[in-house]
Amino acid sequence: MRLFGLALAALAAAGALAGWWITAPRPVDAAGLTGDADRGAALFTLAGCASCHIAPDADETDPPVLSGGQAFETEFGTLYAPNISPGPEGTGGWSTNDVVAALASGVGRGGYHIYPALPYTSYENAELQDLSDIAAHLETLPVSDTPSRPNELSFPFNIRRTLGVWKRLYAGRGWVLTDPASPEIERGRYLAEALVHCGQCHTPRTALGGMDRSAWLQGAPNPSGKGKIPGIAPNQLDWSDTDVAAYLKTGLTPEYDSAGGKMAAVVRNLSTLPDGDIDAIVAYLREIPDAEQ
Amino acid sequence: MRYLLPAALILALGAGFAQSQGGSDKPAPVKARQGIMQNYAFSIGTLGGMAKGEVEYDAQAAQAAADRLVALSSLPQTGYWPEGTSSDDLEGVKALPAIWENMDDFTSGFDTLNEAAMAMADVASDGQQAVAGQMQPLGKSCGACHEDYQMSDD
Repeated sequence: MRLFGLALAALAAAGALAGWWITAPRPVDAAGLTGDADRGAALFTLAGCASCHIAPDADETDPPVLSGGQAFETEFGTLYAPNISPGPEGTGGWSTNDVVAALASGVGRGGYHIYPALPYTSYENAELQDLSDIAAHLETLPVSDTPSRPNELSFPFNIRRTLGVWKRLYAGRGWVLTDPASPEIERGRYLAEALVHCGQCHTPRTALGGMDRSAWLQGAPNPSGKGKIPGIAPNQLDWSDTDVAAYLKTGLTPEYDSAGGKMAAVVRNLSTLPDGDIDAIVAYLREIPDAEQ
Repeated sequence: MRYLLPAALILALGAGFAQSQGGSDKPAPVKARQGIMQNYAFSIGTLGGMAKGEVEYDAQAAQAAADRLVALSSLPQTGYWPEGTSSDDLEGVKALPAIWENMDDFTSGFDTLNEAAMAMADVASDGQQAVAGQMQPLGKSCGACHEDYQMSDD
């Protein structure tokens, strides 16, 4: 009987160890890469960092003050965007590698899991050099002294280690469109799936809050509560290519209503892109699977 | 009897018109401001159609549309936005309650639109390329307000 108890204890310990191993943060290693802050400015805009990390109700200034504080209501509780300005309350002291690990692996400096409100399940598909450039640009932005607001999450989601399991389900999945038929579509895929992270809003989520990649860009409830984020799969978006491109550049629909909500900020960011990149996003959107009718 | 038929016709047309507006029950300021928004869309649509190359460029039409945008965005906002006319209060209204919490910021958005409209009016007669080049700032001035103050309806 004592042997049995010992065996059970050993088993439990092994299980705990396995669990600890399974849920361990595993940051990418971008050591050796040097970021180019100038090149990073445009990438930073495309990635939409400021849209979520400026203060609530603040207007986006140039350069933006990334003091954090915007609330993201989820079924698991409320997440607050942290201060990521390059000072003591933010990312001051983070190396380029630290920032890249956060963006590409959702692992914060010192080795903790970051909640996936940070769209690292998209950024992980970006080139590490591009992410390094974003990190270098981040360092040039103004410092904010506003402390980050703690998240308000329910048990067990308040235990960061649980994200280790979540990441095994939803991170590291690679591209959705696996074989782009042309360099233009590949470029569009890079922008849409990685940096611009369209899927984070336009793709519905599973019960555990991961992107449901089987319904890619097919529309989702609006997290703000009212309305729906539209589906933009080929059979859902019956606008002409010209109309989609014009919308992404100006925010104006074919009826000349204007993009509202978060999409207005996305359009503001996309408007920095050359026409060729806008056309690449449109070409990509025409290639993804249709929604089931 | 001679006057009865036209009178009935006018009544019927009037009822039809009210119905087509989808909300004869909306307060007058709401109908007025929504009418102005439709006029923005109409005028921007003229310019946008030319910018996209869907409609042949016509200097006179482009200038008229741009001038109309300047005029519309110059209108005083006073009176259009009474309390109790937000998307929380009324059906068929997309004006978010945030408008009433930030009225000064909200109304300053029309100055931004007015500036973009004037920039368009300056070049509207200069050709298709000139119009196309001003669509982005014009669209952005719409989005700047819609981002915070218009309910997304998709």
